[in-house]
Amino acid sequence: MAAIPGGADHAHDHAHDHPSGIMRWVTTTNHKDIGSMYLWFSFAMFIVGGIMALVIRAELFEPGLQVVDPDRFNQMTTLHGLIMVFGAIMPAFVGFANWMIPLMIGASDMAFARMNNWSFWLLPPAAILLTSSLLVPGGAAASGWTLYPPLTVQMGIGMDMAIFAVHILGISSIMGSINIVTTLLNMRAPGMTLMKMPLFCWTWLITAYLVIAVMPVLAGAVTMILTDRHFGTSFFNAAGGGDPVLYQHIFWFFGHPEVYIIAIPAFGVVSQVIPAFSRKPLFGYASMVYATSSIAILSFIVWAHHMYTVGMPVAGQLYFMFATMLIAIPTGVKVFNWVATMWRGSLSFETPMLFSIGFLFLFTLGGFSGLVLSMTAVDVQLHDSYYVVAHFHYVMVAGALFSAYAGAYYWLPKWTGHMYDEKLGKLHFWLSIVFFNMTFFVQHFLGLAGMPRRIPDYSLQFAEFNMISSIGAFGFGLSQLVFLVVALKCIKGGEKASAKPWDGAEGLEWTVPSPAPYHTFETPPAFK
Amino acid sequence: MALTRGGLHIARGACAALAFSLLSGLAQAEMKLNLQEPITQLGREVYDLHLLMTIVCGVIFVAVFGVMFWSVFVHRKSAGYKAATFHESTTVEILWTIVPVFILLGMAWPATKTILAMRDTSNADITIKATGYQWKWGYDYLKGEGEGISFVSTLATPQPQIRNETTKGTDYLLEVDNELVVPVGKKVRILTTANDVIHAWWVPALAVKQDAVPGFIRDTWFRAEKTGTYRGQCAELCGKEHGYMPIVVRIVTDAEYAEWVDGKKKAMAAAADDPNKMYAVEELAPRGEKIFAANCAACHQANGQGLPPAFPPLDGSKVVLGPQDGQINILLNGKSGTAMAAFKHLSDTELAAVITYTRNSWSNATGEVVQPSDIKVARN
Repeated sequence: MAAIPGGADHAHDHAHDHPSGIMRWVTTTNHKDIGSMYLWFSFAMFIVGGIMALVIRAELFEPGLQVVDPDRFNQMTTLHGLIMVFGAIMPAFVGFANWMIPLMIGASDMAFARMNNWSFWLLPPAAILLTSSLLVPGGAAASGWTLYPPLTVQMGIGMDMAIFAVHILGISSIMGSINIVTTLLNMRAPGMTLMKMPLFCWTWLITAYLVIAVMPVLAGAVTMILTDRHFGTSFFNAAGGGDPVLYQHIFWFFGHPEVYIIAIPAFGVVSQVIPAFSRKPLFGYASMVYATSSIAILSFIVWAHHMYTVGMPVAGQLYFMFATMLIAIPTGVKVFNWVATMWRGSLSFETPMLFSIGFLFLFTLGGFSGLVLSMTAVDVQLHDSYYVVAHFHYVMVAGALFSAYAGAYYWLPKWTGHMYDEKLGKLHFWLSIVFFNMTFFVQHFLGLAGMPRRIPDYSLQFAEFNMISSIGAFGFGLSQLVFLVVALKCIKGGEKASAKPWDGAEGLEWTVPSPAPYHTFETPPAFK
Repeated sequence: MALTRGGLHIARGACAALAFSLLSGLAQAEMKLNLQEPITQLGREVYDLHLLMTIVCGVIFVAVFGVMFWSVFVHRKSAGYKAATFHESTTVEILWTIVPVFILLGMAWPATKTILAMRDTSNADITIKATGYQWKWGYDYLKGEGEGISFVSTLATPQPQIRNETTKGTDYLLEVDNELVVPVGKKVRILTTANDVIHAWWVPALAVKQDAVPGFIRDTWFRAEKTGTYRGQCAELCGKEHGYMPIVVRIVTDAEYAEWVDGKKKAMAAAADDPNKMYAVEELAPRGEKIFAANCAACHQANGQGLPPAFPPLDGSKVVLGPQDGQINILLNGKSGTAMAAFKHLSDTELAAVITYTRNSWSNATGEVVQPSDIKVARN
C-alpha cells in the first residue's frame, strides 16, 4: 500500500487500476471505502433491528396478544438486542474509526489494510446467519440477547446460528481493534504525541483494548453453551456439576465492558463536535483522557451489578455496589468538562451540535438512572423491570446513537464534498428527541410500578404508558428515515463543502479537500 | 434554539399528542409514577432510598444543565458572543472529582444498612420453598405452621381474555388458581429453586425479588405489616410463557391462617391418590384432560395440534402412538435440545392420567391405559 517508502507514484497507479463495480467494494483495502461500507452496513442493520423493535412495540400497544405469539415475541427481543449491539452500534463506530482515524492522525491508511477488508466482510455473513435464523424450524434464539442458560440449551438450531454469528462478529471486532491500536500507535504524523491526539483517537485506543480483552471471553461463554447443547458437557447444568450462574458471571465480565465499548467512542465523537461548535478548545483534555481510561479500567470490576438478585453473598453485593458507584465519578468529570467547554464559548447550533447537546442531556439522565440501579437494595426492586429497559436505552440510543448522528452530520461534508440539508437535519434531531423521550421516559414509570421486561402481554395497570411508549416508538422509527433522505441527498449533490466547512473545527482531517481524495497523507503532514 | 418551522410544527404536534394521551389516560386509570406502596419495613426503606436518590440526582441534573442551558442561551454566536480561550483548570477538576465522592458516600451509607437487613434470613417463623416451573410456581411449606402443605399455583386468567375474545378482568394476568397464603406480622422465609430454567420470584409490594436457579437453593424473606392480596410476576425470562406465571400472595390474620392451614390439609388428604390402584381409561382420561390443560396445552394446544415446528402436535404423533416407555421417558426427563421440559414433579397418578389422556384423545385411539405403577417402574 501507500505506506511503502517512496511509494507515492506507485500508490497513484493503484488509484487508477483498482477494480470497478461490485469488485471494487469486495476487494477494497482503502480505509475510506471500508469505512463507508461499515457505516452503510450498520445503518441497514439499524433498520432491521428497528423493525423488530416496532414489532415488539406493536404487540405491547395494548394488553392481550395481537401481533405475534409469545415465542416470536421472545425471538424479536433477542434479535433486536443482538443486532443493535453487534450489528448496528459497534460497526457504526468502527466505520467512523476507519474513515477518520487515518485522516485525524495524518496516516495514509489503516495499518493492516487487507485485514481491514476481511474484518468488514465477516459482518454480512454473520448478519445473514442471525436474520435467517428466524426462518429455521423452531425459529431464532428466544432467550434474550444475554443468552442465559439453561434456557439457551432448550432452543433449536436458531440458537446455534446465533452462537456462530456471535463468534464471527467477535472475530471481526477483534481484528478491527488490532488494526486501530496498531494504526494509532505506529502511524501518527511526526510530532503528534499520544497526548496531542484528537480525543476521538484516544477513546478508540481505549475501546480497542477493551474489545481485545473481552470479546474472547464472550466467545468462550457462547462456546460453552454450544458444547452444553451438543457435546454432553455440563458447564451450566447443576445436574452435571455445573452452575447456570457461572455463565452470567462470564457473560457480564464481557457485558459490562461492552457497554463502554459502545459508549466510549461516542464520548470521543462528542468531544470533537462540542469544541468545534463552541469555537473554544476542549476543556480539560488531559482529565478527559484520564477519566476515559478510569472508566475503562473500572468497567472490568463491576460486572456482577447485573446480577444482584442471583443470590450472591452480601459481601459481594456490597463490593459490586461500591465499585459501580465509583464509575459515576469519572463519568461526572466528563460531563462537567463538556459543559465547561461550552461555557463562554461562541455557540452555534448546527445539527451535529444539536445531537451532541441531546446526547449530553439524555446520556446524563441515563447515567443517573444507572446510579439508582447501582444501589443493590433499590435494584432488587428494579432489576429485570422496564426501568432497566428505559435506563439502557437512554445510554444506548440517546447516548451512542445520538453521538453517531452527531458524528455523521459533522463529517458528511468531508465524506461527500457536499453540505447536507441543514433544515432536514434539524427536523431529524427534533423528531428524534421528542419521540425518543415519549418512547422511553414513560418506561421508567412502568418499571417502578412493577412491569417485568421481556413480556409480550401485561396487566391492565400498565396499559396507558405502554400505549404512549408504542406511539413514541413508531414516531421515532419513522423519523430515522429522515436521516436516510439527508444522507442520500448529500451524496447526490448540494452546496459544495470547503476543506473546512465548520469555522470552529480543528484537526488534520480538515486540511485535506472535501470530499477527501481516495488517497490522503501519502507523505505525513507537518503537525505542530 | 435554532428550530426550523417544520420541526417546530411536528414537535408541537407530538407534544400535543403526548399531552392528550396523558390526560385521557389519567381520566381512565391511575398512572403510577413511583414504586408500589410497600407493606414491609424493608420495602419502606427501599422506597425512601429510591426517592432520596431520585431527588439528589434531580437536583444535580438541574444544576448542571442549568449551567449548560444558560450557556446555550447567552453564549451564542448569533448573539455576537465572543469565545473565551480557557481550556484547563486543575482546581476545578479536583473539585468536581472530590465533591461527588462525598455525595456518593452519603447515598451508600443508608443503602448498605438496608442491604445488610435484606440478607438476614435467620430466625424465620415460616419457611416456604418456591419452585419455578415452565410456567407456574410450586409451593412447599417446609417449616412452621402449615408444614407439609404443598400445591402448584397456575395462571387463572382464561385464554379467551388473552386472545381478546372477552373483556379482560381487573386482575388480568395477575390472578392464580392457588394463592400463596401467609400470616401477617410473621417472618416468612422463601427458598427459591427451579425445575428447568432460571425464574425469579418477584412481589413488588413486599420488596422481594430472588432468582430461582435450577439445582441451587437461594433465599429471601419478608414480614408483611398489612393483610391483603399482593401480586407479582416471574421476573427472569424463562421461555415462551414467561409473561404468564404470576405470583399472588394473600396476607391474612393468624386466625384466618390457622383456618386455611386446616382446610388445606384436609383437602390434601382427601385428594391423595393410592399409587397402586389400577384404573380404567374412563377414570383416568378426564383427570388427564385437566392436567393437560394446566401443563401441556400452552405449547401442544388444547386441540393437540401444537404450534409446529417448535411445539409438535400430539394428535397423530409417533411418540404418543408408539411404545408407552418412549412417551413416559420423555415426560419424566424432557427432550434435550427442545423446549420439552421434564415433568417428573407431577405424581405417578397425574403422569399416568395425562399420558392416558393423550393416547385416547383427538384422533388418537389406542385404548391403552398407562397405570401409576408403570410410571413408578420407569422412575426408578
